[in-house]
Amino acid sequence: MELSVRETWTVLHGLILGTLFLLAFGGGLAGLWSLRPELVTPEGIRERMGRLVAGTWIMAVTAWLTVFSGTFIVYPWYRAKTPDSPRSLLLANESTKLWHEFGMEWKEHVAWIAPILATAVAYVIWYYGRRLAHEDRVRKVAMVLYSLAFVAAGVAGVFGAFLNKMAPTR
Amino acid sequence: MGISRNPTDGPETASRPNGPAAAALVAAGIGSFALGLFTTLTEISAGFKAFLTWSDPVGPLSGKALGAVIVWLVAWAVAANRWRGVDIDFHKAWRWTLILVALGFLLTFPPVFLAFEQ
Repeated sequence: MELSVRETWTVLHGLILGTLFLLAFGGGLAGLWSLRPELVTPEGIRERMGRLVAGTWIMAVTAWLTVFSGTFIVYPWYRAKTPDSPRSLLLANESTKLWHEFGMEWKEHVAWIAPILATAVAYVIWYYGRRLAHEDRVRKVAMVLYSLAFVAAGVAGVFGAFLNKMAPTR
Repeated sequence: MGISRNPTDGPETASRPNGPAAAALVAAGIGSFALGLFTTLTEISAGFKAFLTWSDPVGPLSGKALGAVIVWLVAWAVAANRWRGVDIDFHKAWRWTLILVALGFLLTFPPVFLAFEQ
């Protein structure tokens, strides 16, 4: 049971940070959804607000850590100009080259939208605080943007998992 | 923002100026659009691709990503400064945010940006 340095970084980038991101997203969306005065008492809003602010900031920070580690640590190994790099292996075979030309090309770019949107949502929730429960339109806007951040991260995560299956970074 | 206010409203229900929140949203839209724009421009121009290659091991993705982050932060600072403590047309700000984010998604979609490949 040994992992190389590269495998460890790949696990950290995709599995550990990705799982944290998913957990934070699920909790954050549920918190935003029910943050309504007709559903929660003022004490309830006060009680859950700290958790919502912390959860959305954790999601934003996790997204930043994921894209920075992916782009500046794992990606150079993926695209190394050697015949055994994952990119070279995928492009060498007609049946796998689309994994790079579509999957990796999409993943490496769209992923960067996730932390930008997640940070904006975390800021808006922090800025309004408990007042957000009474700002229905802002709350709904935050939910939409939050979901778009998740979509961007989801595309990157799904293709990352498939790419690592097709041509692992070792 | 669609809810009535009355004199008994406490600090938890009193509204805040929406300018700072709108600034964060619009800036996020601008950052997303910048990412898409840089991604497409590097396919159109080899010179721009070389210009955005800030790190050799990472390639042009380094400049595309960090460039978009810089644009996003500058846009946020400018908008936050301009809209500090004021209410603006939130619907309009949100509409622009959605348009810019949609363009960001579109221009980072391979069949779209690779159509410009030289």
